[in-house]
Amino acid sequence: MTTTEPGTATAPVPGTPDGPPLLDVRDLTMTFPGRRSATGRRGAAVKAVDGVSFSLSAGETLGLVGESGCGKSTTGRMLVRLLEPTSGSIAFEGRDISRLSQGQLRPLRKHLQMVFQDPHSSLNPRQTVARIISEPLLVQGWSADDARRRAAELMDLVGLIPEHIDRYPHEFSGGQAQRIGIARSLATNPRLVVADEPVSALDVSVQAQIVNLMERLRRELGLAYVFIAHDLSVVKRVSDRVAVMYLGRIVEIGDKHTLYADPQHPYTRALLSAVPLPDPAAERRRERITLLGDPPSPAAPPPGCTFHPRCAKAQEVCRTERPLLRIASPGETREVACHFPGD
Amino acid sequence: MAEPKPLLEVRDLQVTFSTPRGTVRAVDGIGFTVEAGRTLGIVGESGSGKSVTSLAVMGLHRGAETTGSIALEGRELIGLPEKELSRLRGRRMAMIFQDPLSSLHPYYTVGEQIAEHHRVHFRSGRAAARKRAVEMLAEVGIPEPARRAGEYPHQFSGGMRQRAMIAMALACEPDLLIADEPTTALDVTVQAQILDLIARLQQERGLGVVMITHDLGVVARVAHEVLVMYGGRAAEQATADELFADPAHPYTRGLLDSLPRLDDADDAPLRAIPGAPPSLTARTPGCAFAPRCARAAAGTPDERERCATEQPAFRPYGDGSRMTACHFAGAVQEAAR
Repeated sequence: MTTTEPGTATAPVPGTPDGPPLLDVRDLTMTFPGRRSATGRRGAAVKAVDGVSFSLSAGETLGLVGESGCGKSTTGRMLVRLLEPTSGSIAFEGRDISRLSQGQLRPLRKHLQMVFQDPHSSLNPRQTVARIISEPLLVQGWSADDARRRAAELMDLVGLIPEHIDRYPHEFSGGQAQRIGIARSLATNPRLVVADEPVSALDVSVQAQIVNLMERLRRELGLAYVFIAHDLSVVKRVSDRVAVMYLGRIVEIGDKHTLYADPQHPYTRALLSAVPLPDPAAERRRERITLLGDPPSPAAPPPGCTFHPRCAKAQEVCRTERPLLRIASPGETREVACHFPGD
Repeated sequence: MAEPKPLLEVRDLQVTFSTPRGTVRAVDGIGFTVEAGRTLGIVGESGSGKSVTSLAVMGLHRGAETTGSIALEGRELIGLPEKELSRLRGRRMAMIFQDPLSSLHPYYTVGEQIAEHHRVHFRSGRAAARKRAVEMLAEVGIPEPARRAGEYPHQFSGGMRQRAMIAMALACEPDLLIADEPTTALDVTVQAQILDLIARLQQERGLGVVMITHDLGVVARVAHEVLVMYGGRAAEQATADELFADPAHPYTRGLLDSLPRLDDADDAPLRAIPGAPPSLTARTPGCAFAPRCARAAAGTPDERERCATEQPAFRPYGDGSRMTACHFAGAVQEAAR
């Protein structure tokens, strides 16, 4: 087995115009059974993800944003099949992986990798960096020597000193540990990396390093990312397109420039207006849309549009009829799920 | 007539911990003033000493050695017996934390906990304290306060718990509120609600607020004055407008430059600060930020030597109330223009 030069890794055949997209997700749903109480009765089932659809081209970054409980992490875990969806399909390069067994998934795993939020807790403290980064290669049948050589290359690629290959995770700072996590995710030359809040556990002064690193790797290796985060500024930075989730559903999805400049869903508008800007003068000038209350529990979602109890524009139809994602205005690709989008 | 004393005045605060590996100086010579009705934002990353500073003001450090001066309306708190301190805590100054569950007891109803707090400090009767608890829950915007007062903390959502903690903190009408990352664990729409709530209560009661956070957006939104901490020391202090418009310290400038922003173009790479914040156990003799500093790196060998070995004094800078601890503060602003 030969190692691949990281810098010259061949980019995957990028979504040829006629070919299938890298990833095509249709009606993805995840229902968790209700928790058993002390008396043995089951609570209501929780629909964490409720009919999510989107597609992603090779080399593209989709940002997935939303508040806690919106289903963005569950969606990410299904994409790399850490969770098996309750229903729906996940076509990876045209092949549905949503029902594959772990054995059938193994040869595909190298294309689908994940980066986690807390770098230290996602790295085994008793393994050296060499072992951590080579693990996915050993699973793919690499020899120990080849895997170790590749691990050193990867350390160099992500800005770590390859001589530190025999150190343990606790000898690294948070930002460096996240670099190790990224190196591990890249070991098998994946085409898709799902990154779940990859910078939110890091110090502010370190976040930019990791954002820049992920952008550079994407350019050099032709990666596609699904970038999951609650920080809308970071998501705007790294994404080509952005999907906003609320209570298990996508409420708005589109090109990031369109979506951030002119949000159509009342929730997207409120979310963007709630982000404080690091500029006191701008903060004083800003008009803010304040939402009432907390997001409802996914165990008891409101009928109709799930956002209606917090929405200032809600009408009767919003309480009864679920709005579907559709093109917001002619000539746009951005889609919005609202009966009364826009102003 | 003598000048009225500021609500809170901290001078040359030092907090050291003894550990098996030697003493750790978590806070090294911090000073600031908070006036009634004003908000001081303290910004810093992990290991900056911002939380240690707030706990020191509240007298909540066991086993740490605290020196310097912490004066609440002219009254020195350092060295005060625990009994007197605990009388001041809650009654004159209160603190809220990132995680409300750390200050709410799971076994008692939310109403009982607020009432108990009130009874202890005011020796009020049960009925009066209970009434006060319901009033406070209403004031912080909890719907159906009389019913919710009878519920336990786990029955509250994250945002409601934070409101309940604020209700408890303010039940005894303190003059000073210390808020340590109060919205860090909350969603951004709920964060907006809580920041609005704190601002309203501050206006109505003339509260002095110390807002401790890592989030420069939150500081820009709520703070009148800002203290930036790095490696246990003060890096820069200024009004919020001055600090964000024209930072004098290379660390402040680096932080602002490295932030992705909603309102900027995003084609060029972010200007990241290299390296990581220093650990408490590895303090350098010179400027704590020097190993990561763009100004130090661009300096002459003599200048670099100075940054690495001589700790810069925290001194007045410019013509306002502004302070900074950088040997080359003026040059930093010049270079940015």
